[in-house]
Amino acid sequence: MDIKIKIIDRDGVLHEIDAPTDMNMNLMEVVRSYELAPEGTIGICGGMAMCASCQCYVKSDHGLPEKSDDEEAMLAEAFNVRENSRLGCQLHITEAMDGLEVELAPEEL
Amino acid sequence: MIKTDILIIGAGPTGLFAVFEAGLLQLKCHLIDALPQAGGQCSEIYPKKPIYDIPGFPEVLAGDLVDNLMEQIRPFQPGFTLGERAETIEKLEDGSFVVTTNKGTQHNAPIVAIAGGLGSFEPRKPLLENLGDYEDNGVSYIIKDPEAFRNKRVVIAGGGDSALDWSIFLADVASEVTLVHRRNEFRGALDSVEKVQHLKNQGNINLITPGEIVGLNGNGKLESVVIRKTSNAAEDITLDVDNFIPLFGLSPKLGPIADWGLEIEKNAIKVDTFDYQTNVPGIYAIGDVNTYPGKLKLILCGFHEATLMCQSAYQRIFPDKKYVMKYTTVGGVSGFDGSKKEAPKAVIKAID
Repeated sequence: MDIKIKIIDRDGVLHEIDAPTDMNMNLMEVVRSYELAPEGTIGICGGMAMCASCQCYVKSDHGLPEKSDDEEAMLAEAFNVRENSRLGCQLHITEAMDGLEVELAPEEL
Repeated sequence: MIKTDILIIGAGPTGLFAVFEAGLLQLKCHLIDALPQAGGQCSEIYPKKPIYDIPGFPEVLAGDLVDNLMEQIRPFQPGFTLGERAETIEKLEDGSFVVTTNKGTQHNAPIVAIAGGLGSFEPRKPLLENLGDYEDNGVSYIIKDPEAFRNKRVVIAGGGDSALDWSIFLADVASEVTLVHRRNEFRGALDSVEKVQHLKNQGNINLITPGEIVGLNGNGKLESVVIRKTSNAAEDITLDVDNFIPLFGLSPKLGPIADWGLEIEKNAIKVDTFDYQTNVPGIYAIGDVNTYPGKLKLILCGFHEATLMCQSAYQRIFPDKKYVMKYTTVGGVSGFDGSKKEAPKAVIKAID
């Protein structure tokens, strides 16, 4: 089944999109599939929590899975990090995320 | 001037395999890479991680894949210019190209194959307003000569292996080493973490965690840094230092290649899928650095692209020569080093 996710892109534009829960996708891949950020500026490491190009801020009040050690470590070295920062590549799309609202963090230059 | 047949920019898996395919056609290769070692992302980002979609390898560590590729291409004696970034390209009257690196090393070849992946790896710089003012005046992102830090007061920021390893190394060289990291946990080899713990206990490393460098001060050169330990700015610490070394890893940037007059789309170089040539005849782009309809950034696709590129390059270098592809099982592999690998001959024995 598909869930609704609201994504604010790096230009501040809100996109309300459908994300599949049955395709083994993560939030970074959903953003790429809708081309909400230019290729080469998001998901650079491919989803290994080894770059922070898919960092996003979680705006809604969803109980998301805890951060793994890898994600914690990467966020500790990322820039523009806030309390509600997550790596999109570590957020596996599940039905519990229906209605999730996130904002993409600025691109590191 | 280094001369070769195919100049490959980028020594990741695609660039390395291109050496093999070129070698089968008796073409010599030279590779340039901004990193100090071959292997590209496989060596730099995830050497210990497994890959499951290399044909014939149910599972292979990225680092082992690179080692295997290096072994596979060894007979073809590739040249390497490592730790230098390809900066400019110039076309000569004879149609060949001269590629010059940031250190001034010049390479000449009739064919250039860009296998640059996501670009050259550049240090990630912290977001500090006046950071640029102190670059080369106290701030450095890579340590070229550790002696430059002898008897200096050094602050290092970061939580990975390079931050740990350089803290350990400089503890013996600098007069004072302070390591600042945003959290108490470090992501690095266990023995490095233990070594830093030991040096901290002995008072040889000053560890500030959680902490973050939020400001730089100094007149013309770095004199102090501001370290924030809590969200309360009033509790910031000002630490007098001579050097600040932010070690936040590397991130890839397409870099100077973007200015080579090649058609770029989506941060990648557009190619014709017939032979992976760019809009500039004689310049090819293979692997993650290229784009075309249906492109997938997979190592296995890079291998295929490298193979077709070499066939086209051969035709370009020898337009009048007739050639058909030969299976390695049939033709064997004749290295430029005189080595020869070939399938053993069938043993024929009569039955009495």
